Amino acid sequence: MSSADEAVPAFDLSTTPLREVNQALHASGLEGEYVIENPRGAHNVAVGLDAPVKVTVNGHLGYYAAGMNQQAEVVVNGNAGQGLAENMMSGTVHVTGSASQSAGATGRGGLLVIDGDAGARCGISMKGIDIVVGGDVGHMSAFMAQKGRLVVRGDAGDALGDSLYEARIYLRGAAKSLGADCVEKEMRPEHLEELAGLLKAAGFVDDDPASYKRYGSARTLYHFTHENEY
Amino acid sequence: MCGIVGLHLRSPELYSRLGELLTGMLCEMEDRGADSAGIAVYGNDDWSPRGRGSVSLIDVEVSGETVAAALGAETGAEVTAVTVDNVVLASADVDSEVLLSAARKAFPHVLVGGFGEDLAVLKGVGAPRALAERWGLAKAQGWQGVGHTRMATESAVTSSGAHPYAVGPGECLVHNGSFSNHATIRRDLRAAGIEFDSENDTEVGARFVARQLADGKGVDEALTDLTRTFDGFYTLLVSNRDSFAVVRDAIACKPAVIAETDDWVAMASEYRALAHLPGVENARIWEPEPEVIYHWNRQEVSA
Repeated sequence: MSSADEAVPAFDLSTTPLREVNQALHASGLEGEYVIENPRGAHNVAVGLDAPVKVTVNGHLGYYAAGMNQQAEVVVNGNAGQGLAENMMSGTVHVTGSASQSAGATGRGGLLVIDGDAGARCGISMKGIDIVVGGDVGHMSAFMAQKGRLVVRGDAGDALGDSLYEARIYLRGAAKSLGADCVEKEMRPEHLEELAGLLKAAGFVDDDPASYKRYGSARTLYHFTHENEY
Repeated sequence: MCGIVGLHLRSPELYSRLGELLTGMLCEMEDRGADSAGIAVYGNDDWSPRGRGSVSLIDVEVSGETVAAALGAETGAEVTAVTVDNVVLASADVDSEVLLSAARKAFPHVLVGGFGEDLAVLKGVGAPRALAERWGLAKAQGWQGVGHTRMATESAVTSSGAHPYAVGPGECLVHNGSFSNHATIRRDLRAAGIEFDSENDTEVGARFVARQLADGKGVDEALTDLTRTFDGFYTLLVSNRDSFAVVRDAIACKPAVIAETDDWVAMASEYRALAHLPGVENARIWEPEPEVIYHWNRQEVSA
């Protein structure tokens, strides 16, 4: 427990083993704020959190940072490696730097914000997570995405939204190319409203939602449709 | 998996720390592959005295004196040899290719780790940390170094399967990933008269690049040709006495991070291998784009 008067508990990964830090963050009934110092690119930092806590990491992280997050608010003051916030269920993960490939992969809920760029396959197979990227995303982002929203304030690499199912993509810049079955769609009022909400939640309040384009699935690759009866 | 590290120093003030910094990088990547390892160091006078041709012989199993005498008899030059664990580093006041020919003639069954001016290549079987210790890598000096930790996939765990592949004069290649059409390309290169030391896929990449460079192409052009010829997943670091280049395949699923400061350029499979470098907190750090060639040249510094 912590209040404004108490020092925020800090873990120093240069002296405390990662397993101890993650075990401490998995204690039952956990609440309050925690800080992790000196991560030095370590893998699996702050994974599997399932409590309404705030965890701030000062430094760069390796693979699978804040994976499987539920409820927690994780702030990373630095970059993150592959698989950032993979399979997130709820809560928020905010990276002030850039992220490597597969950020937000398979995420089912919550909000992932990357202030810098995200690498290839950002939001691959996303299933309900919202992802807002301040810069660019790499190739094959939102590949086979099934649900959720991917917002990109910069440009996208090749094959954006390849084999997309039902996720929505909002892109302000240009896509190098669109993947199979990914098409530009009309920005209706409900989309402008939805996008404004996402940008606000991510802290990009000055962006004009009308400067974005929406992309989604043309649904021509579907083998099953809602008309199917079983 | 496999792990790649490389450090290209710009500031001469850091030359004395090359080995120490490279050791930290290499050992941090031990988790990515611990069956064998190798390094190349550019500019360590103890291993490859300045202004002389040098050749690295791996697992030679005779003394340095024997190697020096044999290569001296072949070349007519005064050859010196230093033994570093399993490697004999021979040098003489002759072109490194003259020394290489002498080594191939005198020790036809011995693996050549590399040859060139200002270049020493050490590689062997075992855990990277143990090898670095036995080599005394931490004490090495120089302006550039690369390293590799191997998790064998494409060929046997032997010194000839370990990286770097230093098959052209002064040139080294380390690789993370695998080439899927290496057998086809090896056949083509063999048909053109090029000999191989191993069945390793990476050696095919190294022989390919060496051939392009020997044909007079620049590093950028050679690596562009490689991306058009090779299929598979790869991150490659190609170094020369005066250059340092990185390229990834079009899919770019094999990891790579580059960091750059005024004092150095460094590349590794993961950021944690760079975390101890001086000034890394203020470095520009990024992940290389697919099929983009990142290339730095050494500015000659008069000592």
